[in-house]
Amino acid sequence: MALLQVNPTRMELARLKKRLQVARRGHKLLKDKRDELMKKFLDIVRKNKELREQVEAMLMKAYGSFLMARAVMSNEVLEEALMFPKQSVSLEISTKNIMSVKVPEFHFRVENNDASNIYPYGFANTSAELDEAIGTLAEAQLLMLELAQAEKSAQMLAMEIERTRRRVNALEYFLIPQLEETIKYITMKLDENERGNLTRLMKVKDMMLEQAHHFREKQKAKE
Amino acid sequence: MYRIGVIGDRDSILGFRALGLDVFPVNEPSETAETLRRLGREGYGVVYITEQAAAPVMDVIDEFSEKMHPAVILIPGIRGNPGIGMLNVRKSVEKAVGADIIFRDEK
Repeated sequence: MALLQVNPTRMELARLKKRLQVARRGHKLLKDKRDELMKKFLDIVRKNKELREQVEAMLMKAYGSFLMARAVMSNEVLEEALMFPKQSVSLEISTKNIMSVKVPEFHFRVENNDASNIYPYGFANTSAELDEAIGTLAEAQLLMLELAQAEKSAQMLAMEIERTRRRVNALEYFLIPQLEETIKYITMKLDENERGNLTRLMKVKDMMLEQAHHFREKQKAKE
Repeated sequence: MYRIGVIGDRDSILGFRALGLDVFPVNEPSETAETLRRLGREGYGVVYITEQAAAPVMDVIDEFSEKMHPAVILIPGIRGNPGIGMLNVRKSVEKAVGADIIFRDEK
């Protein structure tokens, strides 16, 4: 693990220790965030899958009827029948906050004077299959909107989870070990200096004592 | 106030017009990309796009994935269901979890 380029001083040590503390706390928080996001994500994505299956089945059914309608009606009549929709749909988007990820919430409003009659054409020139197709589509519409919401939320959460995971890993496997190691390096360096200083002092003391009392010369004289 | 758009081949999406959605029939991938970008600018909240139309322009669709809207949602087209939509769901699971844990029992 690469060390940080630092001067082995006490100031630096104190600074690094503070950074390590912050990194540890950040790591814990991010980990909690990731876990909670994952929980929410799995709920949403399960719903997403279910809705998608339902919607796809319904659409295929509608397309089946639609194909039949196409076969029994001429192109022009079909186009004409669908040209002026009776209802119009508008959409409101509000945002929901899931663990500080903003996801959209769709509310749609159907503007239609007569909810029981959604068919924008008279029944004289059109086939029953077309009614069926439109009916199924109308049923599918609400589910499709729910699907849109779930799928968009799932996508956004997935991205946020990926980002959070990267950050957790960067902290856990890079920044924190790096800081720890640098702190260890500085502590050892400081300790070593301390020991060096101590021996130097002892040596100096010996020399000063020697100068003051001339132990060695006295020893020699005795002999 | 947002609108809902549908992009795809004419046969698949014509029915949605009766429901009051705005339909945009396209034939060429370049047309699809252009329409998609235009709808992105013009305040569409949800854009449904058939899988056949979406397949060649997935990069354009990815442009919208970070944005709040429009939500670009794949739907099957009239000529069958290649399963790209489901694949996308699976992909986001893999992205988030690192492994596919929702669909694995179906393979």
